[in-house]
Amino acid sequence: MTGPAAIGLDAGSTTCKAVLVDGEGRLLARRIELSDPRVEAQGERILAGLREEAGRDLPVGATGYGRKRVRASRVLTEITCHARGAFARSGRAGVLVDVGGQDTKVVRIGPSGEVVDFAMNDKCAAGSGRFLEVVLGRLRVPLDDVARQVSSADRSVAVSSTCTVFAESEVISLLAAGEPVEGILRGLHQALASRVAALARGFLADGEVLMSGGVALNAAMVAALGEALGRTVRVLPEPQLVGALGAALSVL
Amino acid sequence: MILRRLRYEAAGRVVGPVLLSLEAWQRARRHRGRTPRGPFGPPLESVRKLRELMTLHYLRGRYADGAVPVAWVTSGFPVEILRPLGFHAVYPENHAAMCGVQRLVPGLSEAVEAEGYSRDLCSYARTDLGSIATGRTPVGRLPRPDLLACCTNICQTVLYWYRVLADHFRVPLVLVDTPFVYGEAKPHHLRYVADQLRELVLVAERVSGRRCDPEELAQVTARSREGALLWGECLAAGRSRPSPWTGIDGFFHMAPIVALRGTEECNAYYRMLRDELLERAAKGVGGIRDERHRLLWDNLPVWFAVREMSRLFAERGFNFVCTSYTNAWAEAGANVDPGDPLGSAARAYTHVILNQDLRNRMSILGRLVRDYQADGAVLHSDRSCKPYSIGQVDLKERLTRELKVRVLLLEADHSDPRAYAAEPGENRIAAFMESFG
Repeated sequence: MTGPAAIGLDAGSTTCKAVLVDGEGRLLARRIELSDPRVEAQGERILAGLREEAGRDLPVGATGYGRKRVRASRVLTEITCHARGAFARSGRAGVLVDVGGQDTKVVRIGPSGEVVDFAMNDKCAAGSGRFLEVVLGRLRVPLDDVARQVSSADRSVAVSSTCTVFAESEVISLLAAGEPVEGILRGLHQALASRVAALARGFLADGEVLMSGGVALNAAMVAALGEALGRTVRVLPEPQLVGALGAALSVL
Repeated sequence: MILRRLRYEAAGRVVGPVLLSLEAWQRARRHRGRTPRGPFGPPLESVRKLRELMTLHYLRGRYADGAVPVAWVTSGFPVEILRPLGFHAVYPENHAAMCGVQRLVPGLSEAVEAEGYSRDLCSYARTDLGSIATGRTPVGRLPRPDLLACCTNICQTVLYWYRVLADHFRVPLVLVDTPFVYGEAKPHHLRYVADQLRELVLVAERVSGRRCDPEELAQVTARSREGALLWGECLAAGRSRPSPWTGIDGFFHMAPIVALRGTEECNAYYRMLRDELLERAAKGVGGIRDERHRLLWDNLPVWFAVREMSRLFAERGFNFVCTSYTNAWAEAGANVDPGDPLGSAARAYTHVILNQDLRNRMSILGRLVRDYQADGAVLHSDRSCKPYSIGQVDLKERLTRELKVRVLLLEADHSDPRAYAAEPGENRIAAFMESFG
């Protein structure tokens, strides 16, 4: 096993992720924190910690919305980094869905890990991680209990709006009308999944779809997405770190 | 009347040129010793002449009403028919584009939004109505129209926009309605359009108080055709590697073929520009210093961010070597025929890109990609221009599949910065460029 060789930092809108990898791209250390609006300070602190762990200075690849605010040897968009990270994890070409804090991306990855094509949600952040976070907060459902509640629902309550603001008030009305929380939750996941599926239109080939990003930790969302896409969705290991891994690999 | 006519002529022939040479002298003094920096090639010499031409056009416009008949015209209107009658043609779309470049649109638009016009309306329409409501314009003043001339070949919005203008100015509105083309226009479609053009002649004669001389109409038509062909030659210079200019330059240099089509000054300008471009191409001088990738741009430019965006691409070696928008003015106009001015105008103006089905649009984009050897395309999904933006998802798929080029769908607006999210926009542009390796 080679020693520490590179650091990857993914300063996202919701969380800030960083990894330390060896020359083969294997993960040696990881950090995940909620994003601080002072990206520079947070990034520098995390990088300093990983450098200390490595025992020396290392090249840094940076990605995510805050990528330009940290000192890095290479700065790349999340699209490229998620594709590289996913390729390293899966070892093959394919379609990747990444649902992050405020962006949803669908990336077609080529046979050598390159980006062939991509689509992102437009100016509106509906259908992203933040949407779920807000509505789950309103329903007072902790993230680790979502999957259980969704699977226990005996029916789905249709939620028509995928606008975060409107959906929040729609959910309040549904609760007031006596609809069950579990059913609303399932409806929400379906609404969200259908939005992501619409974005993925034209990208789908045969076979499974890869998934990365924090929302991939929500098993209910993975199931809803698989249903909406009509494909098996394979969640990459440590899905939140895929972007940071790709950033690290880009400076190896 | 005579005094006004003298003032109109003097503005274009004496006062304007004197002011311009003074300004050019000041500009030269300011820029002395400075060498152009950044990713772009040396600026085009013709730019000075372009500035002069358009400044004089707008300066004359300030004194046009009362001196000559004035028509406000949509960009796709067969203006050849108005020129022999002595009309000064004002292009609200061109004026709105200027407002867009100068980032005046939010202010002008808010003025009419307060009156109840929706923000979902085309930002050109909002800009024009806002400029009328507030009197604010970067050109000093636009002359009051005697005639409004509207052709639906570019969109249906112009119909309602010009009706509002007719209501405001209380002047006649002529409408040329062009049936949408699937494949080829049918003979009865063209007869329908030609009939409207004959009616237009009668109304325009009444408004101008002159008779339309067939000889003069044929001459203007010949000049218009020559202008379109010359513009086509300018654009075709972009096929060289490296392209001697950028597609973004083209957006600015298209002003004469839009606003001065059918005049000799327009054609003289394009002869000069063509010669300069061919000379640059022969010497290997590029629009950007290091052209590594060649792109097609579809739809109108993002006027308020056109320079920033252009720089973002140029810094990474990407140049827009062709644009479907500038190409439109070379293609349709070349089909007018002095032997049959009205019949040929009916055909040419019915077949503009925005009045054609998706299959024809795809074949135009495909031709541009092949002719200009583009290896990527940016399709600007323009919030304000629905007819141009609809179908772009399918166009993207077909371009990717059939021509194997990389395609970016970019959400923005042609002139309202409030409808463009710069940070996510630039993020997509960066990801698109990275995908080229």
